[in-house]
Amino acid sequence: MNAASPTCAVPTAPSGANGAAIEALPYVRRDPKSDLLRLDLVVEGVHCAACIRRIEGRLKRLPGVKDARLNLSSRRLSVAFEGAPERARAIVTAVEELGYRAVPFDPARLEGADAAAEKELLLCLAVAGFAAGNIMLLAVSVWSGHFVGMGEATRTLLHWFEALIALPAIAFAGRPFFRSALSALRAGHTNMDVPISLAVLLAPAVSLFETIRMGEHAYFDSAVTLLFFLLIGRYLDRRARGAARAAVARLLALRAQAVMRLEPDGTTRPVRPDDLAPGDEIVVATGERVGVDGAVVEGRSELDTSLVTGETVPQPVEPGSRVFAGTVNLGAPLRVRVTAVGEGTLLAEIVRLMEAAEQRRSRFVALADRVARLYAPFVHTLAALTFLGWLWWGAGWHFALMSALAVLIITCPCALGLAVPAVQVIAAGRLMRSGILIKSATALERFARIDTVVFDKTGTLTSGQMTLAAIDHGTQEDLEAAAMLARSSRHPLARALAAAAGPGPSASGVEEVAGMGLRWHGPDGEWRLGRRGFAAEVPDDDAPGAELWFTRPNRPSVRFRFHDPLRLDAAAVVATLKARGLAIELLSGDRRATVAGVAQSLGIARWQAELSPAQKVARLEELARAGRKVLMVGDGLNDAPSLAAAYVSLSPASAVDIAQTAADAVFQGKRLAPVLEVLEVARRAEWLVRQNIAFSILYNLCAVPLAVFGYVTPLVAAIAMSTSSLVVVSNSFRLQWSARGALALDAPAAKGRLGSAV
Amino acid sequence: MSGLLFLIPIALFMGLLGLLAFVWALKSGQFDDLDGAAQRILLEEDEEEERPARE
Repeated sequence: MNAASPTCAVPTAPSGANGAAIEALPYVRRDPKSDLLRLDLVVEGVHCAACIRRIEGRLKRLPGVKDARLNLSSRRLSVAFEGAPERARAIVTAVEELGYRAVPFDPARLEGADAAAEKELLLCLAVAGFAAGNIMLLAVSVWSGHFVGMGEATRTLLHWFEALIALPAIAFAGRPFFRSALSALRAGHTNMDVPISLAVLLAPAVSLFETIRMGEHAYFDSAVTLLFFLLIGRYLDRRARGAARAAVARLLALRAQAVMRLEPDGTTRPVRPDDLAPGDEIVVATGERVGVDGAVVEGRSELDTSLVTGETVPQPVEPGSRVFAGTVNLGAPLRVRVTAVGEGTLLAEIVRLMEAAEQRRSRFVALADRVARLYAPFVHTLAALTFLGWLWWGAGWHFALMSALAVLIITCPCALGLAVPAVQVIAAGRLMRSGILIKSATALERFARIDTVVFDKTGTLTSGQMTLAAIDHGTQEDLEAAAMLARSSRHPLARALAAAAGPGPSASGVEEVAGMGLRWHGPDGEWRLGRRGFAAEVPDDDAPGAELWFTRPNRPSVRFRFHDPLRLDAAAVVATLKARGLAIELLSGDRRATVAGVAQSLGIARWQAELSPAQKVARLEELARAGRKVLMVGDGLNDAPSLAAAYVSLSPASAVDIAQTAADAVFQGKRLAPVLEVLEVARRAEWLVRQNIAFSILYNLCAVPLAVFGYVTPLVAAIAMSTSSLVVVSNSFRLQWSARGALALDAPAAKGRLGSAV
Repeated sequence: MSGLLFLIPIALFMGLLGLLAFVWALKSGQFDDLDGAAQRILLEEDEEEERPARE
């Protein structure tokens, strides 16, 4: 899946060759306001202004189309048109003819609550920003007035203006923090938002009191500026993760394919997998992905189940066999009856395992919250002690209260609140540019702490695509002859054969015998390419891996063997991980012989084969009990429970939906190197977060004595707070500046291995 | 000093105007596609005129 090729000049060709395109009709909605029809599409391969012009310009010339707008950030195209809903088909075709892949989607399902929460934060941010700017204007006047002898009446007037802006602004913009603090307190613990909320509420309350009694100092500016800074961090953090989640959802939507439903009148119609009801029957053509879980009604074939079980050898199916979404039909067309997800199916078992694993996994407490748990009680005790101390000293309750408040304001974890999001936003943005999407808020922290990496084999260490491995009893000439037949077939093995032979002529009049192979009447008689028994009369020797046989008259039968090759940089990545002192394990559902071969070529000493999903989870939990922090990298349906059970998990974008949903992060591309990059960036991020937190605490240690002894005026508080926040944010930017070279594969040994793997 | 009595409200009013403009821009979807907005300035304006000529 290549969602973001760097060049724009050549749009990606429509890759809908495998399976039918999704029918656009069910996605057409009627807009109640304008009474126009609306269609939303996810478009792949759009990058620049030229793409916008090409697509929008083309669509606006279609009859009936009133408006077309392409959103370049979310790669979504929204079209408004009038007339028959069937025009939706012409719209999709028009976009695909331009060379972009377009898939209809339901906007309500792709967006969810994230977008709304993001908008609310942005609105709060705007209000806080407005208030902070205006209050600061007045506050600066007051501070200057302290030096030139501003009259009491003028000062109080300015304070009243500050209160007028600050109170509604805090009530509005502070809600995200108040909500989070309240829910933490209700659950009986504290988080970072508790001291924040307390300071943000107490400061204006006391300032209001001071204003009423015409006092000298008001802290409205501190409270609102604090809120403004924190909201910036909160908003950016939310946006980075929202963008990652949206990108994952988009990748999944792009991959969605229609299934061919068998209608009562015997015709087939492409429909969304969601629109199928149990009992419906679908037709799965040769080379097509099975879109649903069900049972075979008619037809015998072989299925590639590597995405589901990790097994690379095709599984035979016959009427009555269960089939699962994600498998690929290698043989004859099948008729499949859709079954509900009930007890006893593989999927139900996977979901049950996932839920159990997630429950058993101890809830990870983010570093910032752990610091807050120690910090909040300490700060609040200190403030109380300051108050009581001054009372005991006989300083009068007003001075005591103001000093205690100054302690709360100066220790309000502004820098602490920014310490983590500032780093995370930059790290997530940097990873996103290299195609790695971090979905979970605490994933980076967990990535930084792992000491063990567990890989799945099929589709993770290997590419998951069949390629020609060897030709038995034949030569290059046989390969080229066989490729002439293979080029006219959509069968995955035939395609792999054609790819191995390279471009060349295609024989005309090739006949495909469903589920058996290809037949062609050549100049010297009949040529056959296909499975054993059809193309060659040889006994089954139970050889591992997929194979094709090729027979020509008066010549010995040739066998083509296929295998699932390693990802190009798998060996180098594993070597680098080992060099960094991480323990590596391989857990696979595939056969022993295949797994052993892969483990040996990668130098992985600890491996297990023929594991069920439950056994994989059991192994991960065994590791967790031994105190290991495990990164699980996997892509299959059978990996989903282990991804949920692991300390932290990563899955390629080619993985099944459920695995991508379970994983903490998703990486794109054909290489395995993103695993290294995630770990490297996470480690650097962790180091910067610790620096930031250390700095914030150090700053507090210096500032607190001033506050305790009553030296902190609003001016001092404002300067101290802004400086510490700026220091923390600038420090975080170092993550962006760090040289990319540091992330390249290290260890000279890795280079040698990379060479041998190619 | 009496100047403050009308200068401050004017300043606040103008600030508020800015805030309202931002809220309006946010609600009308102008922040929905920042990447697209950056690219759209490169598009030529006269494309819209091309359309009626064709219909």
